[in-house]
Amino acid sequence: MEKVSIAIVGPGNIGTDLMYKILKRSKYMYIRRVIGIFPPSQSEGLRIAQQEGIDIAWNGIKGVEEIADEIDIIFEATTAKAHLQNAPAYKKMGLVAIDLTPAAVGPYIVPAVNIEEHLDKNNVNMVTCGGQATVPIVYAVNRVSRVKYAEIISSIASKSAGPGTRKNIDEFTQTTAKALEKVGGAKKGKAIIILNPAEPPIIMQNTIHCIVEDISKKEEILQSIYDMVKTIQQYVPGYALKVSPVVFEDENRVTVIIRVIGEGDYLPTYAGNLDIMTAAAAATGERFAEKILKEKGVLETEVLAKLR
Amino acid sequence: MCSGGKLGKRWIRLIDTTLRDGMHAVKHKFTVEQMIKIAGALEDANVGTIEVSHGDGLGGSSINYGFAAASDKDYLESVASTLSKSKLAVLLLPGIGTVEDLKIAVNAGAKVARIATHVTEADISEEHIIYCKEMGLETIGVLMMTHTVGPEKIVEQVKLMESYGADMVYLMDSAGAMIPKNVEERILALKNELSIPVGFHAHNNLGLAIGNSLKAAEVGAVSLDGTLRGLGAGAGNAQEEVLVAVLDKAGYKTGVDLYKIMDAAELLDSIVTRLPKIDNTSLLLGYAGVYSSFLLHTFRAAEKFNLDPRDIIIEVGRREAVGGQEDWIIEVAAEMAAKKSGGK
Repeated sequence: MEKVSIAIVGPGNIGTDLMYKILKRSKYMYIRRVIGIFPPSQSEGLRIAQQEGIDIAWNGIKGVEEIADEIDIIFEATTAKAHLQNAPAYKKMGLVAIDLTPAAVGPYIVPAVNIEEHLDKNNVNMVTCGGQATVPIVYAVNRVSRVKYAEIISSIASKSAGPGTRKNIDEFTQTTAKALEKVGGAKKGKAIIILNPAEPPIIMQNTIHCIVEDISKKEEILQSIYDMVKTIQQYVPGYALKVSPVVFEDENRVTVIIRVIGEGDYLPTYAGNLDIMTAAAAATGERFAEKILKEKGVLETEVLAKLR
Repeated sequence: MCSGGKLGKRWIRLIDTTLRDGMHAVKHKFTVEQMIKIAGALEDANVGTIEVSHGDGLGGSSINYGFAAASDKDYLESVASTLSKSKLAVLLLPGIGTVEDLKIAVNAGAKVARIATHVTEADISEEHIIYCKEMGLETIGVLMMTHTVGPEKIVEQVKLMESYGADMVYLMDSAGAMIPKNVEERILALKNELSIPVGFHAHNNLGLAIGNSLKAAEVGAVSLDGTLRGLGAGAGNAQEEVLVAVLDKAGYKTGVDLYKIMDAAELLDSIVTRLPKIDNTSLLLGYAGVYSSFLLHTFRAAEKFNLDPRDIIIEVGRREAVGGQEDWIIEVAAEMAAKKSGGK
């Protein structure tokens, strides 16, 4: 079957893990090229891509321009600064950009919640790891009873927080809080991140507190949470409730504790925070690719062919 | 190292943190009026630096740590307007508070900022230290839970904070887990390898807050933290009026008036009914090396899930929770309760 060609810019930890996810599991995407700015001798990600038989380049945006006619989707796993520079060029080339940096040029996408709303956009942003893990739960609670206040605490292993996250830790809390409101639906959101250096490294964990308008609907709220966890598990298999949700009736509060075990595609399994980002990005790419194939008439033809 | 002679008394700076670490002991519920009164009494006693913040720093008001009785802005503006000579300080933990919170503090009149990270994570403080320096604040880098690593690691992390522009660095014994020897090793390493001034912040979970503070001064710390009546997380901090008396006897100069700081402590007695003490659970915090502010959260979880708080503390310690992970208490308690009711 014909697939949609994509390219990954930024062969760091995230880009490389994403490459493996697409390579191993994607139905609709084909990796046309992985692009960096350092030669393979200085880039483990490019070396791995090369070993997997993928075309590589290390000339940055030029490497995208060279193949722009052949691809439809570009994944940006560089930095916010780089994406702010590159985004207008991608637009000119007619590409859909899936942005894994904090640049947030386009709207926030959380696949389990709002992907269908944004299939017409040419630039979408994957929020933060904490956002991917917690926003869907707030959304699940909010669809039963209005969430007046949502607060999340993401604990991640020190080893899984790269220099970009560390230099701009405020970006994490501010972007996640915004997504709790904009995508999750909470009237007010607050986010906290804790880095824990324990050895062996801790598995990514998220605590989500929601203060709701009507806690008497607790049974429906819990059911909605369980349903949402199942939906997320379709694209993040390591996503699970750590303990049963705890209801504090006197405070109109429900507290949900989630752990995310990574799939270990490239990154270690404790780095669920990085896994959920690449898994969400891959799921988003997959949905865009499906839409593109339908527009090209490829998918319908396949279906028709099967029917015959 | 200690210069005990009457003429050559060495200066030790005191930073009062009754209105910040003390907030833990009152579940962050000091009113603005109470803060104004206490800050006034501290200034009267000639305490040069007074820290005011939520117990978990600016932006700490939350479900996870407890909601404060007023906003950071209201607390800071009110206290700033009552102070004429003492400097107003704030605490910020990157990951909890942000530069936006620091902006509020600067506008309210803060002159000193302490930026605190877990002892191994100093590199998340860069943007905050740089911002405070740009705003002209005295900026103090703080490492928390310093009992968990050795002197070499501490030197490495302090160097980072120094490179971002910190004027001073503080070591916090956040779990009140150190004995004097541990304090000595850590501070001596910094004195031997770096030139940045060093401060020390004690907790009394093992009954050593004053002793450890004195040891810190003896081996070269130039600044110490205290709180009236020792009000603070866990079994509390170094009791400030005691610290003033002890430092004087040991031949240090603090500039703080002993009678007046005692008066301030009496004022606190009239405001706070439950003072921290070394009960069995707070003793275990120090023994197991668990972050002191977990204490009251542990009592609450123990009550909700019908458990012995000591079991929760030991398990949280075994999982190596760091400061700010109060949410792990709920998780541990829920798991223990489920195990209990579900049998094997």
